[in-house]
Amino acid sequence: MKIHYGTALGAVALVAVHILMRMSQKFSDSLQYQNVIANYHFLPYALMLEVLLILLSVHGFNGLRVILLELKQGSTYEKMINYGSLAAMAILIAYGSRTILMAGMGIS
Amino acid sequence: MAVVSVPKPSEESNSKAKTPSQSNTITLRISRSNPSEGQEAIFSEFQIPVQKWTTVLEAILYVKQNFDHSVAVRYSCRQASCGSCGMKINGKPALACYTKISELNSNIVTVEPMNNFPIIRDLAVDFKQLISNHKKMKPFIIREDSEVTPESKEFIQTPQDLEKFLQFSYCIKCGLCNSACPTMATDTSFIGPQGLAQAYRYVADNRDKGKDERLKIVDDSHGIWRCHFAGSCSQVCPKGVDPAMAIQLLRGYLLGFRK
Repeated sequence: MKIHYGTALGAVALVAVHILMRMSQKFSDSLQYQNVIANYHFLPYALMLEVLLILLSVHGFNGLRVILLELKQGSTYEKMINYGSLAAMAILIAYGSRTILMAGMGIS
Repeated sequence: MAVVSVPKPSEESNSKAKTPSQSNTITLRISRSNPSEGQEAIFSEFQIPVQKWTTVLEAILYVKQNFDHSVAVRYSCRQASCGSCGMKINGKPALACYTKISELNSNIVTVEPMNNFPIIRDLAVDFKQLISNHKKMKPFIIREDSEVTPESKEFIQTPQDLEKFLQFSYCIKCGLCNSACPTMATDTSFIGPQGLAQAYRYVADNRDKGKDERLKIVDDSHGIWRCHFAGSCSQVCPKGVDPAMAIQLLRGYLLGFRK
Protein backbone atom coordinates (compact mmCIF):
# COMPACT_ATOMS: atom_id res chain seq x y z
CA MET A 1 0.00 0.00 0.00
CA LYS A 2 3.02 2.24 0.48
CA ILE A 3 3.50 1.95 -3.31
CA HIS A 4 -0.04 3.24 -3.75
CA TYR A 5 0.50 6.27 -1.51
CA GLY A 6 3.94 6.98 -3.00
CA THR A 7 2.77 6.81 -6.61
CA ALA A 8 -0.23 9.02 -5.77
CA LEU A 9 1.95 11.74 -4.24
CA GLY A 10 4.47 11.51 -7.08
CA ALA A 11 1.73 11.69 -9.71
CA VAL A 12 0.10 14.72 -8.06
CA ALA A 13 3.44 16.56 -8.07
CA LEU A 14 4.24 15.71 -11.70
CA VAL A 15 0.72 16.43 -12.96
CA ALA A 16 1.01 19.85 -11.30
CA VAL A 17 4.24 20.49 -13.27
CA HIS A 18 2.55 19.20 -16.43
CA ILE A 19 -0.37 21.64 -15.98
CA LEU A 20 1.96 24.54 -15.09
CA MET A 21 3.85 23.94 -18.34
CA ARG A 22 0.60 24.50 -20.22
CA MET A 23 0.33 27.89 -18.52
CA SER A 24 3.67 29.15 -19.85
CA GLN A 25 1.77 30.24 -22.95
CA LYS A 26 -1.84 30.59 -24.08
CA PHE A 27 -3.60 27.28 -23.43
CA SER A 28 -4.77 26.87 -27.04
CA ASP A 29 -1.23 27.61 -28.28
CA SER A 30 0.21 24.98 -25.96
CA LEU A 31 -1.89 22.39 -27.75
CA GLN A 32 -0.67 23.32 -31.24
CA TYR A 33 0.95 20.38 -33.04
CA GLN A 34 4.42 21.95 -33.18
CA ASN A 35 4.36 22.87 -29.50
CA VAL A 36 3.29 19.39 -28.44
CA ILE A 37 6.04 17.76 -30.54
CA ALA A 38 8.54 20.27 -29.12
CA ASN A 39 7.66 19.02 -25.62
CA TYR A 40 8.67 15.49 -26.59
CA HIS A 41 11.93 16.74 -28.12
CA PHE A 42 12.88 18.41 -24.83
CA LEU A 43 14.52 15.48 -23.01
CA PRO A 44 13.82 16.47 -19.33
CA TYR A 45 10.12 16.99 -20.15
CA ALA A 46 9.93 13.71 -22.10
CA LEU A 47 11.53 11.93 -19.14
CA MET A 48 9.02 13.53 -16.78
CA LEU A 49 6.17 12.27 -18.99
CA GLU A 50 7.69 8.78 -18.90
CA VAL A 51 7.89 8.87 -15.08
CA LEU A 52 4.32 10.21 -14.94
CA LEU A 53 3.18 7.37 -17.17
CA ILE A 54 4.81 4.79 -14.88
CA LEU A 55 3.40 6.39 -11.70
CA LEU A 56 -0.15 6.60 -13.07
CA SER A 57 -0.09 3.07 -14.51
CA VAL A 58 1.16 1.55 -11.25
CA HIS A 59 -1.27 3.62 -9.17
CA GLY A 60 -4.27 2.97 -11.40
CA PHE A 61 -3.83 -0.76 -11.83
CA ASN A 62 -2.85 -1.29 -8.21
CA GLY A 63 -6.06 0.51 -7.21
CA LEU A 64 -8.10 -1.65 -9.55
CA ARG A 65 -6.35 -4.75 -8.17
CA VAL A 66 -7.31 -3.77 -4.61
CA ILE A 67 -10.95 -3.16 -5.59
CA LEU A 68 -11.14 -6.54 -7.30
CA LEU A 69 -9.53 -8.28 -4.32
CA GLU A 70 -12.12 -6.76 -2.02
CA LEU A 71 -14.97 -7.92 -4.24
CA LYS A 72 -14.02 -11.59 -4.24
CA GLN A 73 -11.53 -13.83 -2.48
CA GLY A 74 -9.81 -17.12 -3.24
CA SER A 75 -6.21 -18.07 -3.91
CA THR A 76 -6.57 -18.73 -7.69
CA TYR A 77 -8.66 -15.60 -8.20
CA GLU A 78 -6.22 -13.45 -6.20
CA LYS A 79 -3.21 -14.79 -8.14
CA MET A 80 -5.02 -14.11 -11.39
CA ILE A 81 -5.80 -10.53 -10.36
CA ASN A 82 -2.25 -9.87 -9.13
CA TYR A 83 -0.55 -11.16 -12.29
CA GLY A 84 -3.24 -9.66 -14.52
CA SER A 85 -2.68 -6.21 -12.96
CA LEU A 86 1.09 -6.50 -13.37
CA ALA A 87 0.67 -7.51 -17.03
CA ALA A 88 -1.77 -4.63 -17.67
CA MET A 89 0.67 -2.18 -16.05
CA ALA A 90 3.52 -3.44 -18.21
CA ILE A 91 1.46 -3.29 -21.42
CA LEU A 92 0.26 0.26 -20.75
CA ILE A 93 3.76 1.46 -19.84
CA ALA A 94 5.20 -0.17 -22.96
CA TYR A 95 2.53 1.36 -25.21
CA GLY A 96 2.89 4.82 -23.63
CA SER A 97 6.69 4.66 -23.80
CA ARG A 98 6.45 3.75 -27.46
CA THR A 99 4.45 6.96 -28.08
CA ILE A 100 6.93 9.09 -26.11
CA LEU A 101 9.91 7.54 -27.93
CA MET A 102 8.35 7.84 -31.38
CA ALA A 103 7.34 11.47 -30.82
CA GLY A 104 10.77 12.25 -29.35
CA MET A 105 12.58 10.73 -32.30
CA GLY A 106 10.27 12.27 -34.84
CA ILE A 107 8.89 8.96 -36.10
CA SER A 108 5.25 9.15 -37.17
CA MET B 1 -49.07 36.13 40.39
CA ALA B 2 -48.63 33.21 38.05
CA VAL B 3 -51.67 31.17 37.30
CA VAL B 4 -51.19 27.53 36.55
CA SER B 5 -54.07 25.90 34.76
CA VAL B 6 -54.42 22.22 35.40
CA PRO B 7 -55.70 20.36 32.31
CA LYS B 8 -58.85 18.37 32.69
CA PRO B 9 -58.41 14.59 32.42
CA SER B 10 -59.98 14.54 28.93
CA GLU B 11 -57.65 17.36 27.69
CA GLU B 12 -54.63 15.61 29.14
CA SER B 13 -55.26 12.42 27.26
CA ASN B 14 -55.76 14.36 24.01
CA SER B 15 -52.73 16.63 24.32
CA LYS B 16 -50.25 13.90 25.14
CA ALA B 17 -49.64 11.52 22.28
CA LYS B 18 -48.95 8.04 23.46
CA THR B 19 -45.19 7.54 23.05
CA PRO B 20 -43.70 4.09 22.61
CA SER B 21 -42.00 4.28 26.02
CA GLN B 22 -45.42 4.52 27.69
CA SER B 23 -46.84 1.66 25.69
CA ASN B 24 -47.41 -1.53 27.59
CA THR B 25 -47.17 -3.91 24.68
CA ILE B 26 -44.79 -4.03 21.75
CA THR B 27 -44.46 -6.32 18.77
CA LEU B 28 -41.22 -8.25 18.81
CA ARG B 29 -40.21 -9.60 15.40
CA ILE B 30 -37.57 -12.31 15.62
CA SER B 31 -35.70 -13.52 12.55
CA ARG B 32 -35.89 -17.31 12.44
CA SER B 33 -33.59 -19.34 10.23
CA ASN B 34 -31.65 -22.57 10.23
CA PRO B 35 -29.09 -22.57 7.40
CA SER B 36 -27.89 -26.11 8.22
CA GLU B 37 -31.35 -27.33 7.19
CA GLY B 38 -31.56 -24.91 4.27
CA GLN B 39 -34.29 -22.90 6.01
CA GLU B 40 -34.57 -19.31 4.76
CA ALA B 41 -35.09 -16.49 7.25
CA ILE B 42 -38.68 -15.73 8.24
CA PHE B 43 -39.98 -13.44 10.99
CA SER B 44 -41.98 -14.67 13.97
CA GLU B 45 -44.01 -11.96 15.69
CA PHE B 46 -44.85 -11.86 19.39
CA GLN B 47 -46.77 -9.38 21.52
CA ILE B 48 -44.63 -8.62 24.57
CA PRO B 49 -45.64 -6.65 27.67
CA VAL B 50 -42.85 -4.21 28.46
CA GLN B 51 -41.88 -1.81 31.21
CA LYS B 52 -39.75 1.32 30.94
CA TRP B 53 -36.67 -0.70 31.86
CA THR B 54 -37.28 -3.84 29.79
CA THR B 55 -34.31 -4.72 27.60
CA VAL B 56 -34.45 -6.43 24.21
CA LEU B 57 -32.83 -9.52 25.76
CA GLU B 58 -35.52 -9.67 28.44
CA ALA B 59 -38.17 -9.46 25.73
CA ILE B 60 -36.54 -12.34 23.83
CA LEU B 61 -36.32 -14.39 27.03
CA TYR B 62 -40.00 -13.64 27.66
CA VAL B 63 -40.74 -15.19 24.27
CA LYS B 64 -38.67 -18.24 25.18
CA GLN B 65 -40.45 -18.62 28.52
CA ASN B 66 -43.99 -18.03 27.35
CA PHE B 67 -44.38 -18.60 23.61
CA ASP B 68 -41.60 -20.45 21.88
CA HIS B 69 -38.68 -21.97 23.76
CA SER B 70 -36.93 -22.94 20.50
CA VAL B 71 -35.75 -19.38 19.72
CA ALA B 72 -31.94 -19.61 19.51
CA VAL B 73 -30.12 -16.75 21.22
CA ARG B 74 -26.71 -16.58 22.87
CA TYR B 75 -26.48 -14.65 26.13
CA SER B 76 -24.80 -14.85 29.49
CA CYS B 77 -24.02 -11.92 31.80
CA ARG B 78 -26.97 -9.60 30.99
CA GLN B 79 -24.82 -6.57 31.84
CA ALA B 80 -22.77 -5.84 28.69
CA SER B 81 -19.69 -7.60 30.00
CA CYS B 82 -19.57 -10.92 28.17
CA GLY B 83 -20.32 -9.76 24.62
CA SER B 84 -22.56 -12.74 23.85
CA CYS B 85 -25.89 -11.15 22.90
CA GLY B 86 -24.86 -9.03 19.91
CA MET B 87 -27.56 -8.82 17.25
CA LYS B 88 -29.18 -6.38 14.83
CA ILE B 89 -31.89 -4.48 16.65
CA ASN B 90 -34.09 -2.44 14.32
CA GLY B 91 -31.33 -2.69 11.73
CA LYS B 92 -28.45 -1.54 13.94
CA PRO B 93 -25.90 -3.85 15.59
CA ALA B 94 -26.26 -3.64 19.38
CA LEU B 95 -26.12 -5.75 22.54
CA ALA B 96 -29.61 -7.01 23.39
CA CYS B 97 -28.92 -6.79 27.13
CA TYR B 98 -27.73 -3.19 26.80
CA THR B 99 -30.61 -1.89 24.68
CA LYS B 100 -33.79 -0.83 26.41
CA ILE B 101 -36.94 -1.13 24.34
CA SER B 102 -38.06 2.30 25.54
CA GLU B 103 -34.94 3.82 23.93
CA LEU B 104 -35.86 2.48 20.51
CA ASN B 105 -38.89 4.76 20.19
CA SER B 106 -40.84 2.17 18.27
CA ASN B 107 -43.67 -0.20 19.06
CA ILE B 108 -42.20 -2.71 16.65
CA VAL B 109 -38.81 -4.15 17.53
CA THR B 110 -37.10 -6.31 14.92
CA VAL B 111 -34.19 -8.50 15.95
CA GLU B 112 -31.96 -10.24 13.42
CA PRO B 113 -28.61 -12.04 13.58
CA MET B 114 -25.51 -9.89 13.09
CA ASN B 115 -24.28 -9.24 9.55
CA ASN B 116 -20.92 -10.59 8.33
CA PHE B 117 -21.10 -13.73 10.49
CA PRO B 118 -22.30 -17.20 9.48
CA ILE B 119 -25.67 -17.89 11.11
CA ILE B 120 -25.90 -20.98 13.33
CA ARG B 121 -29.62 -20.64 14.01
CA ASP B 122 -32.04 -17.73 14.54
CA LEU B 123 -30.05 -15.05 16.41
CA ALA B 124 -26.97 -17.13 17.20
CA VAL B 125 -23.98 -16.58 14.90
CA ASP B 126 -20.63 -18.33 14.52
CA PHE B 127 -17.69 -16.47 16.13
CA LYS B 128 -14.97 -18.80 14.79
CA GLN B 129 -13.45 -16.27 12.41
CA LEU B 130 -13.56 -13.41 14.92
CA ILE B 131 -11.80 -15.48 17.58
CA SER B 132 -9.28 -16.82 15.06
CA ASN B 133 -8.44 -13.28 13.85
CA HIS B 134 -8.18 -12.13 17.46
CA LYS B 135 -5.72 -14.94 18.22
CA LYS B 136 -3.75 -14.13 15.06
CA MET B 137 -2.99 -10.70 16.54
CA LYS B 138 -1.12 -12.39 19.44
CA PRO B 139 -3.23 -10.71 22.13
CA PHE B 140 -0.67 -10.95 24.90
CA ILE B 141 2.49 -9.14 25.98
CA ILE B 142 5.49 -10.47 24.06
CA ARG B 143 8.90 -10.14 25.68
CA GLU B 144 11.82 -12.34 26.61
CA ASP B 145 12.08 -11.46 30.28
CA SER B 146 9.39 -12.19 32.82
CA GLU B 147 8.04 -9.42 34.99
CA VAL B 148 8.13 -11.72 38.00
CA THR B 149 11.73 -11.71 39.22
CA PRO B 150 13.11 -11.28 42.71
CA GLU B 151 14.47 -7.85 41.73
CA SER B 152 11.52 -6.37 39.85
CA LYS B 153 7.92 -7.26 40.54
CA GLU B 154 6.23 -5.37 37.75
CA PHE B 155 6.81 -3.14 34.74
CA ILE B 156 5.99 0.38 35.74
CA GLN B 157 3.80 2.38 33.34
CA THR B 158 3.01 6.05 33.59
CA PRO B 159 -0.65 7.13 33.30
CA GLN B 160 0.26 8.58 29.87
CA ASP B 161 1.60 5.20 28.73
CA LEU B 162 -1.58 3.53 29.94
CA GLU B 163 -3.80 6.10 28.25
CA LYS B 164 -2.37 5.14 24.82
CA PHE B 165 -4.09 1.75 24.83
CA LEU B 166 -6.49 1.66 27.77
CA GLN B 167 -9.76 2.15 25.86
CA PHE B 168 -8.82 -0.64 23.44
CA SER B 169 -8.42 -3.08 26.32
CA TYR B 170 -12.15 -2.65 27.07
CA CYS B 171 -13.05 -4.78 24.02
CA ILE B 172 -15.42 -7.61 25.00
CA LYS B 173 -15.25 -9.36 21.59
CA CYS B 174 -18.97 -9.00 20.98
CA GLY B 175 -18.40 -8.69 17.21
CA LEU B 176 -20.65 -5.65 16.73
CA CYS B 177 -17.84 -3.70 15.06
CA ASN B 178 -17.21 -6.50 12.57
CA SER B 179 -20.93 -6.71 11.93
CA ALA B 180 -21.15 -2.98 11.14
CA CYS B 181 -18.00 -2.94 8.97
CA PRO B 182 -18.79 -2.39 5.25
CA THR B 183 -15.46 -3.91 4.17
CA MET B 184 -16.23 -7.15 6.00
CA ALA B 185 -19.43 -7.41 3.96
CA THR B 186 -17.46 -7.94 0.75
CA ASP B 187 -14.00 -9.05 1.89
CA THR B 188 -14.50 -12.20 3.94
CA SER B 189 -10.73 -12.51 4.54
CA PHE B 190 -10.45 -9.03 6.08
CA ILE B 191 -9.05 -9.11 9.63
CA GLY B 192 -11.78 -6.73 10.76
CA PRO B 193 -11.90 -3.79 13.17
CA GLN B 194 -11.90 -6.01 16.27
CA GLY B 195 -8.64 -7.76 15.38
CA LEU B 196 -6.94 -4.58 14.18
CA ALA B 197 -7.93 -2.66 17.32
CA GLN B 198 -6.47 -5.47 19.42
CA ALA B 199 -3.27 -5.40 17.37
CA TYR B 200 -3.00 -1.68 18.15
CA ARG B 201 -3.76 -2.29 21.83
CA TYR B 202 -0.59 -4.41 22.16
CA VAL B 203 1.57 -2.43 19.73
CA ALA B 204 0.89 0.73 21.75
CA ASP B 205 1.68 -0.99 25.05
CA ASN B 206 5.22 0.03 26.05
CA ARG B 207 5.75 -3.27 27.91
CA ASP B 208 5.34 -5.21 24.69
CA LYS B 209 8.22 -6.12 22.37
CA GLY B 210 6.23 -7.84 19.63
CA LYS B 211 5.46 -4.74 17.57
CA ASP B 212 7.31 -5.86 14.43
CA GLU B 213 5.66 -9.29 14.52
CA ARG B 214 2.18 -7.78 14.73
CA LEU B 215 2.80 -5.10 12.13
CA LYS B 216 3.91 -7.84 9.73
CA ILE B 217 0.63 -9.70 10.35
CA VAL B 218 -1.62 -6.67 9.76
CA ASP B 219 0.36 -5.45 6.71
CA ASP B 220 -1.35 -8.06 4.54
CA SER B 221 -3.42 -7.90 1.34
CA HIS B 222 -6.53 -8.44 3.51
CA GLY B 223 -5.15 -6.53 6.47
CA ILE B 224 -5.09 -2.97 7.70
CA TRP B 225 -5.09 -1.26 4.28
CA ARG B 226 -8.54 -2.63 3.42
CA CYS B 227 -10.19 -0.32 5.98
CA HIS B 228 -12.08 2.47 4.19
CA PHE B 229 -12.48 4.46 7.41
CA ALA B 230 -16.28 4.42 7.32
CA GLY B 231 -16.17 4.59 11.13
CA SER B 232 -19.28 2.49 11.68
CA CYS B 233 -17.28 0.13 13.94
CA SER B 234 -16.71 2.95 16.42
CA GLN B 235 -20.36 4.04 16.19
CA VAL B 236 -21.72 0.70 17.37
CA CYS B 237 -19.19 -0.29 20.04
CA PRO B 238 -21.07 -0.68 23.35
CA LYS B 239 -17.88 -0.20 25.39
CA GLY B 240 -16.81 3.10 23.83
CA VAL B 241 -13.82 1.60 22.02
CA ASP B 242 -12.83 3.43 18.84
CA PRO B 243 -11.48 0.76 16.45
CA ALA B 244 -11.44 3.20 13.52
CA MET B 245 -8.98 5.38 15.42
CA ALA B 246 -6.87 2.35 16.38
CA ILE B 247 -6.60 1.42 12.70
CA GLN B 248 -5.47 4.94 11.75
CA LEU B 249 -2.91 4.98 14.57
CA LEU B 250 -1.66 1.53 13.56
CA ARG B 251 -1.22 2.80 9.99
CA GLY B 252 0.98 5.53 11.46
CA TYR B 253 3.35 2.83 12.74
CA LEU B 254 3.43 1.13 9.34
CA LEU B 255 4.11 4.38 7.48
CA GLY B 256 6.82 5.37 9.93
CA PHE B 257 4.98 8.36 11.45
CA ARG B 258 4.91 6.67 14.85
CA LYS B 259 7.68 4.72 16.57
